[in-house]
Amino acid sequence: MTPAAAAGTAAHATTTAAAEAQGFLSPTGVEIAFLLVGLVTFGAALITVTTRQLVHAALWLVVALGGLAVEYLLLTAEFIAWVQVLIYVGSVVVLLLFGLMLTRAPIGRSPDADSGNRWVALTVAVAAAAALVWVVVDAFRTTWIDLDGAPAGSTEVTGASLFQHWVLPFEALSVLLLAALVGAIVLSRKAKAATSAAAPSAPGGTDTRRDTEGAR
Amino acid sequence: MHLAYPAVLSALLFCTGLYGVLARRNAILVLMSVELMLNAVNLNLVAFDVWLSRTAEETLHSGQALTLFTIAIAAAEIGIGLAIVLAVYRNRGTSDIDKLRDTVEGHEPDGDASDSDASATRATAEKAEATA
Repeated sequence: MTPAAAAGTAAHATTTAAAEAQGFLSPTGVEIAFLLVGLVTFGAALITVTTRQLVHAALWLVVALGGLAVEYLLLTAEFIAWVQVLIYVGSVVVLLLFGLMLTRAPIGRSPDADSGNRWVALTVAVAAAAALVWVVVDAFRTTWIDLDGAPAGSTEVTGASLFQHWVLPFEALSVLLLAALVGAIVLSRKAKAATSAAAPSAPGGTDTRRDTEGAR
Repeated sequence: MHLAYPAVLSALLFCTGLYGVLARRNAILVLMSVELMLNAVNLNLVAFDVWLSRTAEETLHSGQALTLFTIAIAAAEIGIGLAIVLAVYRNRGTSDIDKLRDTVEGHEPDGDASDSDASATRATAEKAEATA
């Protein structure tokens, strides 16, 4: 009886240890990591919208989107994080860089990156940020996310909910992606008939569509 | 984790994107800012889905499903948007949205030269469309 009890306590100890060791970080550690990565993400986003070097804006966008992927991981939404890395960092930013190159963006500083209504835009953005942050903090002051236990967004959970409850929107989305593919080809072809200048735009667009559909 | 952290971060990112959309002149930079706004919404969706999946009895994981849909639609949007920007660049020679004022109402365009230039490019574009 005693060995069985000992085994039982040992098993219990291992399960509790496993439950405790499930999170990579302690709860406070998760908060600190979230805060630090959030600061990096916000800073990269600020540089993206303020830098005068167009290519640098796209590269800082990579940092912001990657930081968001890390935030998804910290929120235990693993599948979303990897989809974010695949689609955003993998294809959307590459497509944006293609667009910058094809419109012959200057490599160095371009002094006319910002328009004249910059201060109005800054006022609007700061006012919106103040209002949103005030409302959000006031509304969710006493709300906590429980990050212990099984991850809320593992591939199994996400796949099950996606293919049980969300099948019809998923199929509609595939039709939308097909429409976007055809639309990109049509837009590029008409322009190619006008001037035969920028032929690579059509392969770029279709490649990204294929990437997206492959990742789905 | 406090729910206010992701919510505040998403609000700040959204307003950063808002500033970019309003203040930038290059159309591709505007598209980047739109991507930032969409990502802020995605972070909100994921955070509230994780919160609800612990507090609610039964959840559809609607936040994560909608996040996946948003990511796919954003990819489609960026493809179409870049195709449009490239078509405009080929016709007009610029992707500066402050100079695309053909449908402006209320006041005259800046100069006669640019106006005739724009109308000439428009005529060639229409001709190309007619021949295509």
